Amino acid sequence: MKKEPTVRVQKLRRDTLKARLILFSTLAILLLLASIFCEQLCPYDPYAQDLSIAKMAPSAEHVFGTDRYGRDMLSRVIVGAKTSIFSTLLLVAIITVIGTIVGVFAAWVGGWTDTILMRISDLFLAFPGLVFALAVAGVLGGGLHNAIIALAAISWPKFARIARSQTLAQKEMPYFRAAKLAGGSSMKTIVKHVLPNIMGPILVTSMLDIGTMMMELAGLSFLGLGAKPPAAEWGSMISDTRGLLQTAPWLTFAPGLAIFVSVMIFNLLGDTVRDYLDPKMRGGQRA
Amino acid sequence: MGKYVLRRIVQLIPVLIGITFLSFAMMRIAGSDAITEMYAGKGAVDQAIIDAARADLGLDKPFLTQYFSWLGGMLTGDMGTSYISGRNVFDTFVSKLPATLLLTALSILLTIIISIPLGVLAAVRHDKFTDYLIRFTSFVGNSLPNFFVAMLLMYFLSIKMGWLPVISNGLSVKSAAMPTLTLAIAMSAKYLRQVRATVLEELNKDYVYGAQARGVRGRVTLWKSVMKSSMLTIITLLALSIGSLLGGTAIIESIFMWDGVGKLAVDAITMRDYPIIQAYVVWMAIIYVLVNLITDLLYHAMDPRIRLGVVQD
Repeated sequence: MKKEPTVRVQKLRRDTLKARLILFSTLAILLLLASIFCEQLCPYDPYAQDLSIAKMAPSAEHVFGTDRYGRDMLSRVIVGAKTSIFSTLLLVAIITVIGTIVGVFAAWVGGWTDTILMRISDLFLAFPGLVFALAVAGVLGGGLHNAIIALAAISWPKFARIARSQTLAQKEMPYFRAAKLAGGSSMKTIVKHVLPNIMGPILVTSMLDIGTMMMELAGLSFLGLGAKPPAAEWGSMISDTRGLLQTAPWLTFAPGLAIFVSVMIFNLLGDTVRDYLDPKMRGGQRA
Repeated sequence: MGKYVLRRIVQLIPVLIGITFLSFAMMRIAGSDAITEMYAGKGAVDQAIIDAARADLGLDKPFLTQYFSWLGGMLTGDMGTSYISGRNVFDTFVSKLPATLLLTALSILLTIIISIPLGVLAAVRHDKFTDYLIRFTSFVGNSLPNFFVAMLLMYFLSIKMGWLPVISNGLSVKSAAMPTLTLAIAMSAKYLRQVRATVLEELNKDYVYGAQARGVRGRVTLWKSVMKSSMLTIITLLALSIGSLLGGTAIIESIFMWDGVGKLAVDAITMRDYPIIQAYVVWMAIIYVLVNLITDLLYHAMDPRIRLGVVQD
């Protein structure tokens, strides 16, 4: 039955939401710190080979076991964090900026420019992303940089759509007319008034996109179109070791688990930030 | 109605020309072509041989000439031959379709079977234990990359239990089981959330309270009214998924050696086999237009308030 939550329940929900926000931000920051200081955290040299201890099952000395060259898996997973997490964050930053610029521009100029830009973004949104990314990555050749470019090329339209609709909504606001009447230039109005007002939903979308992008980047590496061995990157580590799934499954599971945990943390954080910024949720009433 | 469908199919033409031209241009900008890829790693090859091979495929001609000769062939039903295998492109492509169609049908079916009942259950048991459990499961599913799910299934179902073959041998439901399961797990996790949200939103509408006040049984309202209106959203989502599945799932098809169009496309891209890539792009454009058209028609069938041609776009 539809019931308005009591004030006490509303406060309780607000408090848990705040606690969740603090918990997940802390986890995300820890993850970032771990990837920044990965070299210091590694128990062993992630690239040092020692064939006498090759393919050892997880033990006290080697928590995730060793790979076929005797390299310590835990160290490799930790070093992989740097590549995987920072390239994902870079990618999300790129698509957020490009998408926002295109979206604001389309909404601002309007007319034919708007129509053409939006048709282009429709095409991108309708096609299965990964195949498109594969084509772009195939054209550019492998490598982590090219994988980032390929995914950026296909992922900006989502942000363009959001930025455009948000800007259009702002253009109808009284404050906007006032800013215009006051004689502000276009650039000044956009930077000083429109951008601060539309950043909320865009940032939430980009937070929620971190997990997806991390998985897609790992997917490209898995297919051999991203980071290349011996560089430690989670996607390529899984692909590299899957031939040994039968004899040494830990080699595949360790990087897989790392992707899973990181994606989970970023998804949880994204969800919480979205709820936190949603006035409906803060007021207690559930959407 | 017929006129509307016809108009939408005519719209396919500019989409096709645009997208094929784009992909044509993109592959040429790449700098490397099928001949370079073919002779790469074969040591020093006489430039004359390379030039002859290139001339043979027409790769020495200007870009626009190449495009129009391809387009001309396409319009007369000749899609050319593969640079690598030398086989007819159309036949090659058609031979890969059954695998992709089977995988699409099975995984969509399994996704529906899993996600709709559970999503509805979660919505009905809103904020109860069942709801939390279902939401948690879907959250876990959403955070697992599909290639890792594939590895986990391979390890536990094939290697440990020996229930299913690791890679496919031929086109059978048994070999399709693993890729189907992998795809369905990833898709169900996504759908569960959306089915739940849609049904929940519908359940909060005033007519549901009205029906309840009039003494209509909850189950009747749920299945007769709520599900009917929720279906619209769910069908749109399903149509989009079917569209992308028909494009082949590059990663899953490669992992399980499933011989579908996704794998064909990936192989063609790495080998710079232009005619195959073009055929794939044409296929994707056709799916894009058809999926949109079918969704619109279904909308109309399910909700007559939506007038075709008026509220299109």
